[in-house]
Amino acid sequence: MATLTTPAGGAATTDRSGRSAGRHAGRRRARLDRRRLVPYLMLLPALALELLVHLVPMLYGCWMSLLRLTQFYIRNWSAAPFAGLGNYRASIDVNGAIGGDLLHSFGVTLAFTVLSVGLSWLLGTTAAVLTQHPFRGRGALRTLFLTPYALPVYAAVITWSFLLQRDTGMVNHVLVDQLHLAGDRPFWLIGGNSFGALLAVSVWRSWPFAFLCLTAGLQNVPGELYEAAAVDGAGFGRQLRGITLPMLRPVNQVLVLVLFLWTFNDFNTPYVLFGKAAPRSADLISIHIYQSSFVTWNFGLGSAMSVLLLLFLLVVTGAYLLVTSRRGDA
Amino acid sequence: MTTRRFALFAVALALTTPTVAACGDDQGGSSGSGTTLTYWASNQGTSLDNDRQILRPELDKFTRQTGIKVNLEVIGWPDLLNRILAATTSGKGPDVLNIGNTWSASLQATGALLPFDGTTMSAIGGKDRFLAGSLAATGAPGKDPAAVPLYSLAYGLYYNKKLFAAAGIAEPPKTWDELVADGRKLTHDGQWGLVVEGGNVSENAHHAFTFAQQYGADFFTSGGKAQFDSAGAVAGVKRYIDFMATDKIVNPSAAEYANNQSLADFASGKAAMLLWQAADTTLKAHGMSPDDYGVAPVPFEAPTPPGGRHVDSMVAGINLAVFGNTKHRDAALAFVKFMTGDDEQKALNSTYGSMPTVKAAYADPAFQTPQIKVFQDTLAGSAAPLPAVPEESQFETLVGTAMKNLFADAASGKPITDDYVKGKLTAANQQVHAGG
Repeated sequence: MATLTTPAGGAATTDRSGRSAGRHAGRRRARLDRRRLVPYLMLLPALALELLVHLVPMLYGCWMSLLRLTQFYIRNWSAAPFAGLGNYRASIDVNGAIGGDLLHSFGVTLAFTVLSVGLSWLLGTTAAVLTQHPFRGRGALRTLFLTPYALPVYAAVITWSFLLQRDTGMVNHVLVDQLHLAGDRPFWLIGGNSFGALLAVSVWRSWPFAFLCLTAGLQNVPGELYEAAAVDGAGFGRQLRGITLPMLRPVNQVLVLVLFLWTFNDFNTPYVLFGKAAPRSADLISIHIYQSSFVTWNFGLGSAMSVLLLLFLLVVTGAYLLVTSRRGDA
Repeated sequence: MTTRRFALFAVALALTTPTVAACGDDQGGSSGSGTTLTYWASNQGTSLDNDRQILRPELDKFTRQTGIKVNLEVIGWPDLLNRILAATTSGKGPDVLNIGNTWSASLQATGALLPFDGTTMSAIGGKDRFLAGSLAATGAPGKDPAAVPLYSLAYGLYYNKKLFAAAGIAEPPKTWDELVADGRKLTHDGQWGLVVEGGNVSENAHHAFTFAQQYGADFFTSGGKAQFDSAGAVAGVKRYIDFMATDKIVNPSAAEYANNQSLADFASGKAAMLLWQAADTTLKAHGMSPDDYGVAPVPFEAPTPPGGRHVDSMVAGINLAVFGNTKHRDAALAFVKFMTGDDEQKALNSTYGSMPTVKAAYADPAFQTPQIKVFQDTLAGSAAPLPAVPEESQFETLVGTAMKNLFADAASGKPITDDYVKGKLTAANQQVHAGG
């Protein structure tokens, strides 16, 4: 905008009051240009680093995905034969063993992510709303809620893996020995139950983040709104639907997206919980890619799968932002 | 996450390619006093710190003898392969390093390790000093070894003497049928005949190899092509899974064991038998006295199935390799010679409870115990190296995972039939992608 108005205004001045005003305007324009340039110049080092740290590796990853990069070539990468789209073909051939397993893993990951994000959000919102108004012990309660988020991933998840062991774990001790809910001790870390176990650990780890964001978001909701609503006779439910949730919309928009991306890409939780080989019902895609490439020394195939994953997440993110911000404008 | 990891890998490589080319030429240069070597040691003791305490005095001894200093870094098993791969891509790494001997062929294929050709081998005392079985696991057949054996290990049958006596069993089983019969006698009241590490992918794969050998099957053809689902392989894998599925002498909970819980079960008497390698240090740490257990050779299938081989263990162990890009080649070889010398072999292997890889060390009384005799005989006569093909790591991952899933099925009571096992192994086989 500014670039258009300034020259136009400058030209008008020149017409009316001759050359000196024109020279004056020219100098002003140069000064304005320089002033406009300064922020960009200051941003340049950061931009260059950003490109170096993020974009260049990504492009290298894309290039790797076109190569047959195995242990024979990792020492001299340039000698790896060009595979073209061969790695991609193997990855998306859903009738083949590799593609079929990737698709299965993709489905598991999608279901896992939707459930985990949904539950984390629900728990986070509930806890944030319930602790919105001051009461005795609120600070302590909030701190307690945030503990899982503050614990190091490895320590927290390895503890869960002990809890979930069949013979010696506390989960089975409580469920079977104390509550007698099941006759036979169920397995949690292998077989079909492992999906539920992974989901529980994941929700346990990520809901405090939702809680934290939403608590911060609630600080920005003016108290008068609730007072006014109360005067109008709105109960808790009406206030929640009419004030709290709409006011939290911008926070939720970012929160859900971030949680989705984190959960979809989560590597640490399943790796620490299940080790190198996750059970089939909990075979998350990040572990799957790690296992079918890094562990088996086929880096080209792994890169191709990673690029596909990246594309999928880009599409999801783009579509999500498009849909949510359009609704926000309306 | 993964994209970024791969990408970082690539960048590291791109940035260092010129350096690799530049320093590729000046090998074999300096040696003698004033040189400092970097040595990456694998975790053999009870902790990384324990390893440092054990190795440091020996390294100091080397420094006193030669004037060469050694910069020691002990690296845990979960990190070691990643570190070696990163060093391989960047060309910047240690001078001397430990590798798991099953990685030998794969790492050999990268060209990152210095090949031990005739001259190099004679510089460290010649290859005849080493046990033939141990030396077989140092690279692909027909190629110069990529490493030399440092510590050797073999599988043995650990059995609880007290529980055996209580059940009236006079001596450890020699065949699988005897093992099952003994196991049934030993299984009662929360005590089990045998324990397996069913959730541990590598352990499973090691047993798959041994059992398949006894049924006459190889997981790779002589041309190096994967064949995971041959009749012999199915029979071998099924024999192992059946200890839990059909014979019911293994606690179903063992299907999820992946962090050495089987050692804890054996030490506490919850299980009477265990197939393991060099378990002594850990059993001691769990409070089991060495007098309470014995070690016998791993049983065989009897009568021997058609084509079956006299193999009851893999050649397990740690190899010592020289990084190809080292600038101190002579010093590195001097260090290899020192570590594989008779004295160090005796000292280190008796501390770690592993087996020396050089013949002369066995003359020492410390290696004359009945237990060591079992392992020595196994290594000399009935141990075979895992397939030395670049796809070996895929075999361990894929077959080991298939067996983990089979154990999970067996634990939940699903019938384990030949066809079912074959289906799992066929699926694993289809996942193999040729290494280029």
